[in-house]
Amino acid sequence: MSGAGINKRRIAVAVARKDLTIEWNSRILVNQVAPFAAIVMVLFAFALDNDGILLRVAPGLVWLATLFSMLVVVQRSFTVESADGALDALRVAGVDMGAIFVGKAIALMVQLFVLELMLVATAVVLYGVEMTLAGFCEAIVTLVVATIGLGSVGTLYGGLAAGARGRETLLPLLLLPAVAPVLIGATRATEAAFGSGGTTVSEGWPWIGLLLVFAVLFSAAGTVAFGPLVDE
Amino acid sequence: MAGQSGTGTSATRRLGVLVIFLLATLALCGLWFSAEDVVQGSTVRIMYIHVPSIWTAYIAFGLTALCSGVYLSGKNRSLAWDRVAGASGEIGVLFVAVSLITGSMWGRLTWGTYWVWDARLTSTAFLFITYVGYLAVRQLGGTHRQRARRSSVLALLAILEIPLVHFSVTLWRSLHQEASVANPNAKVELDGLMLFSLFLGLVAFTLLFVWLVLHRQRGMMLEDAFSDRGLDVAITARRNEAGA
Repeated sequence: MSGAGINKRRIAVAVARKDLTIEWNSRILVNQVAPFAAIVMVLFAFALDNDGILLRVAPGLVWLATLFSMLVVVQRSFTVESADGALDALRVAGVDMGAIFVGKAIALMVQLFVLELMLVATAVVLYGVEMTLAGFCEAIVTLVVATIGLGSVGTLYGGLAAGARGRETLLPLLLLPAVAPVLIGATRATEAAFGSGGTTVSEGWPWIGLLLVFAVLFSAAGTVAFGPLVDE
Repeated sequence: MAGQSGTGTSATRRLGVLVIFLLATLALCGLWFSAEDVVQGSTVRIMYIHVPSIWTAYIAFGLTALCSGVYLSGKNRSLAWDRVAGASGEIGVLFVAVSLITGSMWGRLTWGTYWVWDARLTSTAFLFITYVGYLAVRQLGGTHRQRARRSSVLALLAILEIPLVHFSVTLWRSLHQEASVANPNAKVELDGLMLFSLFLGLVAFTLLFVWLVLHRQRGMMLEDAFSDRGLDVAITARRNEAGA
């Protein structure tokens, strides 16, 4: 039993490393997704056209831009699997699907985290957000916990939509309603971290609790449900 | 199935007649016999459709989850469970749509606006979109077994997702008026005939739901059989071609 446990962990690490290596070599995140996210932030500024409003809604815009970019990253994560039947090959080889889920989710989380750091930096530069040290720590915790939730749900629904006709249009329909709690929780927590609208840092922690519940539930559900979802 | 036309049986026909009778009685009670509300006037009559339709939608999604769970847990995985889950999901989406539309009509008349960002409204909208997604996944294609497996897992995930969305939206904001009948501490403020109309609505809509699900799942069974037969016919045709 302990042997199988170690084996699963090794599979997860191998899958995560594979995904990140593909990303590192192709530079899709850096060359395409990050510029896309940055242009979304600029477009928000065009649309809202008011420094005060921008500062007030900056946390929400950071997370909206994250969700939109996440759709692209999730598509990409499963295109590399289904393009030449890699996922089928792993399945035929009898590899544990739960471990594959964990591996792919970790790779997705790492990419999302990098993206979110960049978006927060963009908000600081473009929207004039200022943070205290406590606010900065809270922002980092929010990013980590929200990313675990997003990575789990993204991998779960990405796997479902992979290999299906019309998946580009299906993924947002499935994913965006499911991540609504993350958008709500992460935006409120980030507002507290940024101090937008007169909020204080301490107001953010209950929302991080909500993000934590989401992360725990969906990482557990994903490990169990991923196999049946992509099976056959 | 041979020789039978349509998806009805004598039992469903009787049920159908009963449903028509109940709906007609509901229309009479709701629109004619019951009194206007002291505060809301005639707009209160929307309640006789609005409340039963969201009630039916909850039953429908509950049934979808239940049948999906049975399908996934059973050793003998009968596709009938999947078809009932799917039929129930479709009809649930229909009834959520009805309750959202009637609700926003009522809101326009009473609150002066079609939509408010209230917790219950917002999470009902999410409920609607989540099950539209469920129906989209059912249309993904593949074998019947693939469809059944995918959509069952998704239906169970939705059960996990909906309370979370509801909880987070409630934290976000809450203005909706307290449920006035389901709350045990409150005095029931409806007069006799209004209450009767409301419960008649619940019964009529529940039976309507049962009737619709029975027909829809039989329709799905015929669709499945048709696509299986279509495949068999095509395979036979190719074999004949190869043999010729």
